[in-house]
Parts: sequence; C-alpha cells; structure tokens
Amino acid sequence: MLSKRIIPCLDVRDGKLTKGIKFQGNVDIGDPVEAAREYYEQGADEIVFYDITASSDGRNIMIDVVRRVAETIFIPFSVGGGIRTLEDMREVILAGAEKVSVNSAAVENPSIITEGARAFGSQCIVLGMDVKRVEPSVTTPSGYEIVIHGGRRYTGIDALWWAREAERLGAGEICLNSIDADGTQDGYELTLTELISTHVGIPVIASGGAGTPQHLADVLTAGKADAALIASMVHYRTYTIDGIKAFLSGRGVKTRRYW
Amino acid sequence: MIGIVDYRAGNLTSVARALHFLGIPCEVTSDPARLDRAERIIFPGVGAAGEAMANLGASGLDEWIRRWVQEGRPVLGICLGTQVIFEKSEEDGGTPCLGILPGIVRRFPAGLKEDGEILKIPHMGWNSVAFRKNHPVFAGIPPEAEFYFVHSFYPDPADRELVVGETRYGFPFGAAVACRNLVAVQFHPEKSGRPGLEILANFCRWRGNDAE
Repeated sequence: MLSKRIIPCLDVRDGKLTKGIKFQGNVDIGDPVEAAREYYEQGADEIVFYDITASSDGRNIMIDVVRRVAETIFIPFSVGGGIRTLEDMREVILAGAEKVSVNSAAVENPSIITEGARAFGSQCIVLGMDVKRVEPSVTTPSGYEIVIHGGRRYTGIDALWWAREAERLGAGEICLNSIDADGTQDGYELTLTELISTHVGIPVIASGGAGTPQHLADVLTAGKADAALIASMVHYRTYTIDGIKAFLSGRGVKTRRYW
Repeated sequence: MIGIVDYRAGNLTSVARALHFLGIPCEVTSDPARLDRAERIIFPGVGAAGEAMANLGASGLDEWIRRWVQEGRPVLGICLGTQVIFEKSEEDGGTPCLGILPGIVRRFPAGLKEDGEILKIPHMGWNSVAFRKNHPVFAGIPPEAEFYFVHSFYPDPADRELVVGETRYGFPFGAAVACRNLVAVQFHPEKSGRPGLEILANFCRWRGNDAE
C-alpha cells in the first residue's frame, strides 16, 4: 500500500531561504541545501523548493542550489517558481530535480504542460494551482477560482475544470494551494481538496493552512489528498516530521516510517 | 568502474549522483566499447518503452546488452530499464522488448481499488517491498523499508520464481526480480533514501552470482 507523503516546502530567494529555519539547539539555517539535508534526515518523503527570485542572476544561483541538493539528498524533490519555458524545465531537471512545477505560466500558456510532459514525462510535471473560494457562477461553477501571480490576479477559470484540463494536457501531479487557508494555520481547505482529488486520476498534494498534525490527518483522510505540504509547522520546530508521522500512524494514516 | 547505460531514456544523472555519494566510480555512456570495460552495469531509464526500444535498436545497444547478460556479467535494471528486459510491454500499443527474461509488462488497470479507494495511476510515491527470498543485492534491507516508485506499467514475469520482492498496489506485482547475474527493480533505489543507497552499494559489491 502506498504511503501518504509529507513534503516540506522551502522558499528560496537568491539562493537563500527566505525564512531562517530553526533546528536542534535553535540554530538558524539559511542555506537551502542544509535545510534539505535536515528534512531528508528527519524523514521527509519529498521536498518542494519554491524559487521567488526575480532576477536572471538569481536563477543561475538557484540552478547551483538544485545541483548541490541533488548531490546531498536521495529522495525526489521539485522546483517551482519562475519556470516558464521548456528550457527552464530542462535546466532544473538536468541539475537533478525530479519534478518541476508550473503555476501562472501554465495558465497563460497551457501548452507548456504538454510540451514538458512530452519532453520529460508526465511524472516530471507538477501543476501548481492557487485557488480562492468564490460564489459559484457560470464561469466558476465549482465555487473555486484560479488566481495567479501569488493570488493577486483572478483569472475567471474554474479550479475543478482547470485541474481536469491540466491532467488531460499531461500534468502528472497537482499541488493544490488554497489562498484562503494559506498562512492561517487553521487547517487545509478540506472541501476543495476532496473535490479536486476525487475528480482527477493523478495524485494531489494539499497545500495551505497546516498548523497541527491533526490538520494533516484530516486532509489525508477526509480531504483524500495523496500528500501534504507543510512549512511553518516544521520550520519553526513546533513539530518534527518524524513526530507528525508518529501522530499520523496513531490515526491510521500510513506513512513511510523507516529511513 | 560501473557503466551506466545511456540510451537517451530520460535523465540518468541521478543514478550517477548516488554512486558519487557512495564513492563508487561510474560513467554514463552509450559507447559499447567503454561499457565493455565496466565491471558491472546499471541499466536505468525513465519514459516510454516504444521510444526506449527504438533508441536501443538504433544504437545497437539491444544486442550489446543481451550479450552482456549472456556473458554472466552483473547488471542492475531500474524502472524502464527493468521493463524492457522482458519480452514485451503493453505500452505504446504493444512494444517488443529485449526478451532477456520471459514475461510481459502490463498496464495497471483503471479503477483498481484498495480499501475501497480508487487507486491513482501512475503508482507514484513510497511503497514497501516484501522480499520473499534472500539475495545479496537486497541483504540487510529491513522489511519496514520503503522505496520510491513512479510507473504506470508493471512487470509480470512468466516465471514467478524470479520474483524476489513483491509490492502491493491493488494486487501484488514483482517489484524486484533476479535471475543469475541479473537483478531488476521497478522502484528507484537512487531516490529511495538510505535503503535505496544500500541496494546500490550491495550491487556494486556483488559478483553476479545469486547463489553466493
């Protein structure tokens, strides 16, 4: 039986973590490679890097980070943020990332999903979706709308339609982020997660709102997510990945417990 | 030196990185003359069987790898590399493969269920492998270890005796098979953390005789 995956998300800007991550002895780690190593050793099943660098110099720094991460940890990791072209994807994959994620770029140019899947395989292409709850309407019948550019721009695209369309175009996985829940630490958006996960045939990673291990248990059972993204819960050392997994085992959620 | 067979089937650098980490010299190459100098080879691959077989045929590596196996030299197949070792794959409308081992590579059927839940295809993520036999390449791997899988097709060996390790995804399938000097796994040892690295290290010590 497949294990549910626990995936820490690291935000990187110009090759440095945007928030220091606290580890044993309250040491602050600002190096994404060291942070990845720590989480690898704590039992992370996968790691997501989100590159918020804007400049082209910064991109080269990120490629170097990806290369060093790939030499250090031996679990899959993905890189998202600023990936707009096949060439961007190729650079990141050749540097050692298992997957790339596309978000706004895929909304603006959906063929990037198909081109990426054809060039590298569907399993490499993660569709990142930022979603906001809205009044159901003709254009957004599910009551969930896709927003882009960090949640600043509404697109008029229905989230459920887009998830299924992205699957048809060749996406291998969906990372589903609720803008409403993001940063609240009040729990994942369970209705949204369950809606998307039960209507696509590809795995769904739930994102946004994790504050306690119970939130993960909820989204991995009632929310039908295949994996859960976490950030501040572990970055500030409120919880460890191992501790979260022990809690999930007690709730009957199967995770990888040996590493 | 370990030869990593490059037949343009996806990104093969992750296997090389894992071997570098283990301090094991290796070379990624499609040149049979260079591969011939290796003491053992790893036959990895990600992608589709049709294109993989076309590339193997065009480069002559199909014949080369059959001969390598026949000569009794150690080989480790990974993922797509494992699949094309069998006689044929259902992928790409039916693809004749290398035929080194008898058996067929089948697609996971749609609507597969486990505990009442419909299973997603591809089988992607961490799953356990029940090792049914002792084999030097899998020595020291505890039963609770899990491995990273990502695949929509699975090997179905004609001879069940070749199955060393089984994984359950709706039903049990052969996740690790072994025959004399050949070991082949459906999962990715290079992406499976410490237990995966142990398998790679074991393979690099193995003399290619499953009776040892």
